[in-house]
Amino acid sequence: MNRLVLRRNVWHLLLIPLCLVWIYPFVWMISAAFKTPREMLIGGLALLPDDATLDNFRRAWTTAKFSTYTANTVTYSIAVVVLVLLVASTAGYALARPGLPGKKVLVGLLVATMFIPHGYTIIPTFLLVNGLGLGNGLLGAALAQAGPALVVPVLLFMGFFSGIPKELEEAARIDGAGYLRTYWKVMLPLAKPVLGTVALMNFIGAWNAFFIPLVFTLGNPDLRTLGVGMYGFYGQDTTDWTGLAAAACISVIPIVVVFLFLQKTFVEGIAGAVKS
Amino acid sequence: MTTTVERPLEKVPVAPRGAGRPGRFRKHLWSYLFLVPMVLLFGGFTVWPMIASWWYAFFDWDGVGAATDWVGFANFAEVFGSDAFWRAFWHSFVFSLAAIFVEMPLALVLAILLNNSWLRFRNVYRLVLFLPVVATTAVIGIVIAILLDPAGGLVNRVLLDTGLVDQPVNFLGSTSTALPTLLSIDVWKGFGITLIYWLAALQTVPKDLQEAAAIDGAGFWRALRFVTLPIVMPIAVVILLLVFQRSLSTFDLVRAVTEGGPDYATDVVPTYIYRYAFDPSLQAPRYGFASAAGVVFGLLTLVVTLLQAPFLKRRLSGGRG
Repeated sequence: MNRLVLRRNVWHLLLIPLCLVWIYPFVWMISAAFKTPREMLIGGLALLPDDATLDNFRRAWTTAKFSTYTANTVTYSIAVVVLVLLVASTAGYALARPGLPGKKVLVGLLVATMFIPHGYTIIPTFLLVNGLGLGNGLLGAALAQAGPALVVPVLLFMGFFSGIPKELEEAARIDGAGYLRTYWKVMLPLAKPVLGTVALMNFIGAWNAFFIPLVFTLGNPDLRTLGVGMYGFYGQDTTDWTGLAAAACISVIPIVVVFLFLQKTFVEGIAGAVKS
Repeated sequence: MTTTVERPLEKVPVAPRGAGRPGRFRKHLWSYLFLVPMVLLFGGFTVWPMIASWWYAFFDWDGVGAATDWVGFANFAEVFGSDAFWRAFWHSFVFSLAAIFVEMPLALVLAILLNNSWLRFRNVYRLVLFLPVVATTAVIGIVIAILLDPAGGLVNRVLLDTGLVDQPVNFLGSTSTALPTLLSIDVWKGFGITLIYWLAALQTVPKDLQEAAAIDGAGFWRALRFVTLPIVMPIAVVILLLVFQRSLSTFDLVRAVTEGGPDYATDVVPTYIYRYAFDPSLQAPRYGFASAAGVVFGLLTLVVTLLQAPFLKRRLSGGRG
């Protein structure tokens, strides 16, 4: 028995060092954000700063405009989530109706586009957004982000609504609820787990998005999101390393905190999407 | 399934069937209304851009005004003849190879380990391994670039202090090490999500089947080979496709860390396209050419995916049978 316990605990000798290496960049980032530029310059491997300062955060927040970038990122992410939830839940509900003509074609098309790389379609997307008069705006970028991100949520909602017993809908109909009311008052509240998963997945996706915000803010730096703003920070001749670390913290820590609180929903959602 | 039986019967009364159609659509009117937002958004931002890329690819066009300068297949010919494009394509493909042959097996091993209920702190381990997935790629890329900096970067300082190297390694600045370094960062970044995929797959293995195998005297390896893997295989195909898709569209990391350099040693197709379409240092963007490169990339990816199909199909049915 003791040998078994020993053999099982041996794994920690492998896992603990692996995990330390894994989170090292995060630890370094937080540590550097509190160091003075002088301590950073001298070097030294200490993780605890000699003289902890909040000045780096102040610089990143005001001088480097990370307050604006944070506001942009929040706006952009919420816009994407609202778009995806609204459009995917309605479409998923409609596609779950039995015997809907044209359903197979539509679902086939959705699945087919999952296996075609999207990156290269940025040019027409860019032109379409400009054509709609939404160029140099966060809403245009949010539409471009939500369009391809829709597919998996639509399939998730479709799968969920298909699994709900027909009797429930029939009961709602007998009670006098129409299509719209049944969707809004009966089906959507039932779909809370899917709503939560889809919202969280897309919030994290939008917060971390880089390609689309980058392309759509090329003409207007004031609309940059955190990821894009960070990149602008780096390009200058003299790099403010500690300010950069503080900016990295501002970009990464909020989303990590959101994830830590809701990780169960998020991980189960991904796992459910893979299994089904 | 029943339609195959009913079809011959329906073939005779042609007119009533045609007349019945509008009624069928009216019955589903609300459903079609509910589909309108999705069709607009998906059609406008996914399907149309794909079709439009094909069209633009036939023009010499800088994106200003209408595309009128038809050049036929000239852009395609230039893409096919461009060494830089093929190099970028190869690099994109190498990212997939690393994800499939390094990340997937390693993640499976850790998933099998972390799936054991006797392992203490397994939730903490899962969380730590998943953290890089949640963090913004562009930001994390920059942080790692600082850590790897040859002048004063932490990794080099440790390597020098411990005497492992006698001069700093320019991980991201030298043509021979830049790509392997980026591949390692990419594996680190994507590892957690692949791990979650595998854990989800392992959850589908029924507990009583494993217990039955244990009672029959199957050891760890035999149970893995004859019970776990055959059940997991159909999902493994899905995981493979997901990982393949993700790695082919690598852009954020390359763009943020090396911009494709040094000397295009880490250039991937998305950064190649980006350069021709959006690089601010360009005098005139070459939208037509960039579209052609995108179309060729899309087609080649499709070919590579289809090449896997017979193999995947066999694994899929093998897993079920």
